[in-house]
Amino acid sequence: MGAPGGERSSRGERPPPARAALLSGLRRHLFASPSSALATLLVGGGLLALLPRAVHWLFTGAVYRADYDACRALAYSAACWGFVAEKHRLILFGRYPYAEQWRPLVATLLVLLTLFVSAHPRAWRRGLLLLWALVLIAFLLFMGGGAAGLSRVEPAEWGGFPLTVILTVVGVAASIPLGIVLALGRRSRLPLARGACTLYIELVRGVPLITVLFVASFVFPLLMPGGLKLDVLTRITLGITLFQAAYMAEVIRGGLQALPRGQFEAAAALGLSSWQTQAKVILPQALVLVIPSLVNSLLSTFMDTSLVTVVSLYDLTGSLRLALGDPRWRNFFLEGYLFVGALYFVCCLAMSRYSQWLERRLGRWIRRPEARPA
Amino acid sequence: MRLTFLSLRTRSGRERLYQLALLGLILLASAFLWHNTRENLAARQIHSGFGFLKQPAGFDIGEGLVPYEPQDSYLWAFAAGIANTVRVALAGIVAATLLGLLVGIGRLSHNLLVRALATAYVEVLRNVPLILQLFAWYMATTELLPEPAHPLELWPHAYLSKGGLQLPVPVFARGFALALYLLPLGLVAACLLVRRARRRREATGRAQRVLLPALLLAVAPSALGWLLGGAPHALDLPEVTAFNVTGGLGITPEFLALFIGLSTFTGAYIAEIVRSGLLAIPHGQTEAALALGLSRAEVLRLVVLPQALRVIVPPLTSQYLNLTKNSSLAVAIGYPDLVAIANTAINQNGQALECILLIMAVYLTVNLLTAAAMGAYNRRVALVER
Repeated sequence: MGAPGGERSSRGERPPPARAALLSGLRRHLFASPSSALATLLVGGGLLALLPRAVHWLFTGAVYRADYDACRALAYSAACWGFVAEKHRLILFGRYPYAEQWRPLVATLLVLLTLFVSAHPRAWRRGLLLLWALVLIAFLLFMGGGAAGLSRVEPAEWGGFPLTVILTVVGVAASIPLGIVLALGRRSRLPLARGACTLYIELVRGVPLITVLFVASFVFPLLMPGGLKLDVLTRITLGITLFQAAYMAEVIRGGLQALPRGQFEAAAALGLSSWQTQAKVILPQALVLVIPSLVNSLLSTFMDTSLVTVVSLYDLTGSLRLALGDPRWRNFFLEGYLFVGALYFVCCLAMSRYSQWLERRLGRWIRRPEARPA
Repeated sequence: MRLTFLSLRTRSGRERLYQLALLGLILLASAFLWHNTRENLAARQIHSGFGFLKQPAGFDIGEGLVPYEPQDSYLWAFAAGIANTVRVALAGIVAATLLGLLVGIGRLSHNLLVRALATAYVEVLRNVPLILQLFAWYMATTELLPEPAHPLELWPHAYLSKGGLQLPVPVFARGFALALYLLPLGLVAACLLVRRARRRREATGRAQRVLLPALLLAVAPSALGWLLGGAPHALDLPEVTAFNVTGGLGITPEFLALFIGLSTFTGAYIAEIVRSGLLAIPHGQTEAALALGLSRAEVLRLVVLPQALRVIVPPLTSQYLNLTKNSSLAVAIGYPDLVAIANTAINQNGQALECILLIMAVYLTVNLLTAAAMGAYNRRVALVER
């Protein structure tokens, strides 16, 4: 063990006393040079001046009850969380029938729970796919009703957080198989397949999501054979899927490219056909490699779904604007945006931290082949 | 012979067969969609084709650099939209780059507070959807700011209110036109000077300080033109009237919200790119350069920056493209960019297919041009390997 770490303990030095360590730490981190000291004074001064006011505005001085008169009395000197208290059902569930809103709650919790369960690598088995299929069916049943004694609720009335969640989950899940096909096609030896896939990927990546949503909302009805009408939610989900598939294809192609040539050669030496090679050797490894990037795709789709408010679906962002349509509470829009922004922020931060954790953990697998999952 | 050409027994035969099948599938799908579209268009009595572009648009456009009237054609309306997209994208790119540079360096600061502040900025801005931020900025400008009759005076004669920002601008006069015409002359002269200095340095090894002379040379002809034109210096000052602010250069709240939203959001991404670019340069490079006797500024300018730029520029360009694409969210807050104009046109005449094709063509052209420029840059800065 000739590591440098062993040397330090053998010298038997004592750590400096705690107070001295604190002081030297302060000096190193805040007052290392004149310019650093100046920055500390400026930033620290600003924070000291703003922080008490921010705490007062956000928490101590705020009104939490849905009491309009109390909120008016504040005269904007502090936050009126009463707006959120009054409108939280509208913000979270959109225009879903008020009496039935336990259904989207249960459905969303079910999906979130399943996401949570799927997060741990130990849960990555075949059965998980089956579980997801069941959960999605249950989600649609709870939301749409029309069976098992639940009244029918048209997709046009779905809204708020459940809509954001389902657009994200279905958009990403459906774009994975499509992305795999496109990625394999782009690496194919067949010029026609390669050309078609490359054209599709570059075309979609070159235009903003909003144009794809316009296509979904204005052009899809023109493409359908006469009489067949898709409702707006299906069309938008399809649009998001087709858009996300192009990005997913590039993510998966990254994983495919990371595999060494030896894998192909070894598979060929074992006598596997090219389809078998892709399905049994290449894809399973490439997909595990790109799981952290898949989580990032989930994150960006989660944020991108907020664009559907432009094509008149009321997701979390859209239903906040519905709530702000009430002229009585409109002046407390800042509180509304902070609430919804915080909700997005917590979800996104959780996903990005999870993706980083996963990357480290999978990195461990990749460095130690014997610990690779079966 | 014909049989082996498409034979299932040989690999190349199989591949040809697959391709034929794929081609057939694509053609079949296209024909199916084409047929449906024709029927649907006929059922809705929409005349397809780009003929509508010559008809008068009829709607108003709130702002823009292109002079536009409602009786102008659709084509001209689209041109105005493209100009608006370019305007907000260019302004956003400049602001986002400066902001990103500042925050990115802040993320690497030795000072704990500066680092924490920069990190908080990046994390918050990147983890909240852009459209939510745009709505918030838009509502903040239109609700929180004072009425136009009592604007905030940010600077002498620069007013901020619910009506937007009004800035003083110089009144355009002959002197400015002369200065503008003479600007290329100065730029060419400055380039020649810098080039000569570089040649001499490469030939003799003697470096010359040319930055200041080159800058002077670049602006000298313009300054001369301005003086010859009578040195115009009249300013168009905004005035506060009983109801609003008039005169000067007006910037609408829509532009302001979109510009602030886009540049702060993209700035957070650029900060991360700058940070990783600077971290990618091993510290040994700095130490070696210092050991050679270069000053701190020279180390940054001659050693660290050129290498960091090689890492930074490709993702930076894709952020610029993202910003340009994200400017299409203008439609949500009513800034008349290309997509917003197309949206209005679709709602008016129902020619969705043509309008969307136009939008896509514009964005794809921008993408292709950027990709070409990027490729040229990459070839120039690529590491020359042995």
